[in-house]
Amino acid sequence: MTLRPDVLAAILGMALATYLCRAGGYALLRATRPPPFVEAMLRHMPGCIFVAFLAPTLAGTGPTGWVAAAVVLATQAAFRRLAVSIAVGVAALWLLQGGA
Amino acid sequence: MGLRAGPHRARSPRVTEPSSSVGFTLAGFRRGVRAAMAIAVGLAPFGLVIGMVSDSKGLSLLEAWVMSALVFAGTAQLVALEIWADPAPILGATLACLVINLRMAPMGAALAPILDRLHGIRLWGTLAVLVDNAFALTVAEMRQGRRDGAFLLGAALAMWVNWMVMVTIGHSFGAMVRLPPGHPVFFAATAALLALMVQIWRGPRQDLAPWILAGAVALLVSRGLGLGAPWPVLAGAFAGAALGAAIDRRRKMDAANR
Repeated sequence: MTLRPDVLAAILGMALATYLCRAGGYALLRATRPPPFVEAMLRHMPGCIFVAFLAPTLAGTGPTGWVAAAVVLATQAAFRRLAVSIAVGVAALWLLQGGA
Repeated sequence: MGLRAGPHRARSPRVTEPSSSVGFTLAGFRRGVRAAMAIAVGLAPFGLVIGMVSDSKGLSLLEAWVMSALVFAGTAQLVALEIWADPAPILGATLACLVINLRMAPMGAALAPILDRLHGIRLWGTLAVLVDNAFALTVAEMRQGRRDGAFLLGAALAMWVNWMVMVTIGHSFGAMVRLPPGHPVFFAATAALLALMVQIWRGPRQDLAPWILAGAVALLVSRGLGLGAPWPVLAGAFAGAALGAAIDRRRKMDAANR
């Protein structure tokens, strides 16, 4: 159970950078009341962040990943149970890959 | 909370804005914890991977704990561990976190309707544990008219506990499990975000065009321009959101002129 000083320094740098990202966007918003167009953008931001995050990931998985993704979306739309949708999606991908 | 409680009642149309100005309740905290439990299964594999990779890069269990507890951001930790060296890459790891977690800055800003009601440690402490999945759950909560910052804190802390447990298991037993990188179990993290997108979807009139543009721009930047994180997600998110805001403004002007 060691904690080397260089490792600790790297971890503290990582933690500080990450906190700046977490708090910085809101701190900026709180300090400067934004124009209405920016406020409208922020209402659209959540969904767009996730689409933009997932699109390149899914593009890299190929057709089996796309089918599994569609299964997750359909399951969630039908049953609205997150844990079920996740499990069904993983199972679908496992079957599509030949159950190895 | 009583009747309104429970993640599976969440879509009840009878939810109303809380009457008081209290934006931080124990009931909200509990609701957040329960909501996070529902997707714990989706987050667990990522924590396992971080624990396993930390071990293989020579980090002690204590070091893996300190990193995961303070940073609590899977993708950024994974990238930092990829470039890990001896001595530890202080500048490289810090920059990796800054670049990859930049996507969280607009998340915090988008939670303004909830965060504006908080001050001091409740505000800046809750922001310290903000993560993608807790953000998505909170947006879904917010769109049902609830404004409780403790929901975000409860969801994020529950995910933090899950995270620490899975990192510990991965670090301690990772060498025995040996899951190959492409194993379907790692799809769980993607599946969790996909399922949450269904919860955030407000219908084609509001979301269809902005979401298509966000995805197209992200693909263009990552595939076409070959840029890595955070540029695809930032470019896609800002393009989609700007289109959504422009459409909203056009509709408002049309309605005013009618």
